[in-house]
Amino acid sequence: MTTLLSQLLDETVGDTSDVPFALLDEYSKREIRRAILTAVAVPGYQVPFGSREMPVARGWGSGGLQVTLGVVGPLDTIKVIDQGDDQGVNAVNLRRLIVSSTGIPETTVAAESTIVQTRHRIPEDGLDTEHILVLQVPVPEPLRGVERDMRELARMHAEADYSKMWVSLYEDKVRNGVITQSTGYPCLVNNRYVIATTPIPRWDIPKLDNAPFLSLFGAGREKRIYAVPPHTKVEPLTFDDVPFEVEQTSGATCFRCTSSSSFLVEIPGAVSRWVCSDTDWCERHEGGLK
Amino acid sequence: MNPITTPEWVLKVDGLGKVFGPFTDESIAKTGSDRGTSKDPATGSIVAAWDVSFEVAAGEALGVVGESGSGKSTVMRCIAGDQSTSVGSVYLRTIDGGNTNILHMSASARRQLRIDQIAVVYQDPAEGLDLRVTAGGNIAAPLTAAGLRNFGAIRHRASELLSRTEVPLNRMDDVVRSFSGGMRQRVQLAKALANRPPIVLLDEPTTGLDASVAAGVLDLIRGLLEEFGLAAVVVSHDFSVIEMLTTRCIVMNHGRVVESALTDQLLEDPHHPYSQKLVSAARS
Repeated sequence: MTTLLSQLLDETVGDTSDVPFALLDEYSKREIRRAILTAVAVPGYQVPFGSREMPVARGWGSGGLQVTLGVVGPLDTIKVIDQGDDQGVNAVNLRRLIVSSTGIPETTVAAESTIVQTRHRIPEDGLDTEHILVLQVPVPEPLRGVERDMRELARMHAEADYSKMWVSLYEDKVRNGVITQSTGYPCLVNNRYVIATTPIPRWDIPKLDNAPFLSLFGAGREKRIYAVPPHTKVEPLTFDDVPFEVEQTSGATCFRCTSSSSFLVEIPGAVSRWVCSDTDWCERHEGGLK
Repeated sequence: MNPITTPEWVLKVDGLGKVFGPFTDESIAKTGSDRGTSKDPATGSIVAAWDVSFEVAAGEALGVVGESGSGKSTVMRCIAGDQSTSVGSVYLRTIDGGNTNILHMSASARRQLRIDQIAVVYQDPAEGLDLRVTAGGNIAAPLTAAGLRNFGAIRHRASELLSRTEVPLNRMDDVVRSFSGGMRQRVQLAKALANRPPIVLLDEPTTGLDASVAAGVLDLIRGLLEEFGLAAVVVSHDFSVIEMLTTRCIVMNHGRVVESALTDQLLEDPHHPYSQKLVSAARS
């Protein structure tokens, strides 16, 4: 079935010899790289960029895809995940596009890759100085929930006036007893800009802080790129006396690999079961146990 | 040139002017109280305020009286930074010992002043408060802007302020939209005092409240001005408010100050014809 499908695809696409490396024309790539350089130079600042039409719809990873295609070279190895899963439909499609337009090898093991494109997760392990983490971002503006006026938003970022964000955290705590924001928790980068941490779970936030790898955030629909360079402080916004906590379910272990030290997701059912969100980590862990 | 002694005033306004539209010396000459208009017949520009000067000391409240459109709110908004100013200067004793004209500061530096230097209480609570947020949250805004990051401390300070402004503490975690007009005004006062600013500007603080509630809020404001030793500017068209809160006042008409006097003198013996008209209207 797989062979038939790929044959069919080859026939449909036809001659691809005039398609440039990494799909995008050189001017587009240059524009993306310039935006990335600015983003790295000013950690956490949302840099506007053109955002080309991509073979995936906006809102389906087009921003992350453009960032990946902007930085990828012939010596890279790509890993693409969707919620930690290498076999998610979105991940498979994006990976196939990247591989077919560049000819670079693919992997599911983070440590063996050089670029990891991800939707809503950071791999449990394996990321180091040689890695670039590309995150697909649906809403790059962390203050969207508290302010709608774009000019006012620009002013708030420019003056580092984040009191409205603090008020919303205060309100959350007063109304619910805890700060309920779970994914995409707002973080202060390099003591300056507040960023939206895509919707990655709180679990992954500490991995961004002072990380050895470069994180690039691409929002295709909203046309913004921002970055957390290596060894940069990423600090979740929390009150001094209300500690930041990551997700935890006491006693939960992965039903496949029995891990309790990775980010687990619940499988709905009569009896709830838990499984590692990072499928590659789960497989390696399972292999190690056997 | 720097004075060695610190000035006696906390707030000094010197030659403040605001014109909406282009203007020349001619526009100024052809407008004002004597001319009976603030609109320049040649250009159509509005001279909303011109040549307004006054000083306010700590613990002192200055009244700005006049009918609607006389420019009193414009003066207040120019000092607060809600409005750009055409000419003049404004000095705060707490900023560079009163030697820096704050009107020349950047927009962002002006906004910083609003955190702990100049507080404003608006006539409409919706302008000074976020009605979707709880009373405590509204007070948390200036506190977090000033750098407070301790949840318990924010709660403590907010409840202190709310009890001082007589808002029942069991309403602290209710959204302000659910509050009555008088109570919203009390929350606005609590918010204004959050970072203990030396200056507070009150724009018609009790207009729109019914008489008995207004009396209560006025009592509270008078107590707060005394207790915190605030330098206050009270803008109002209502002489009972001016009489109760202020010791000195200026009368504005068509954008100009027509009289400046002690409040009780003005009420007993107004000099300018416009002031006489205003006082007799209030007294009849």
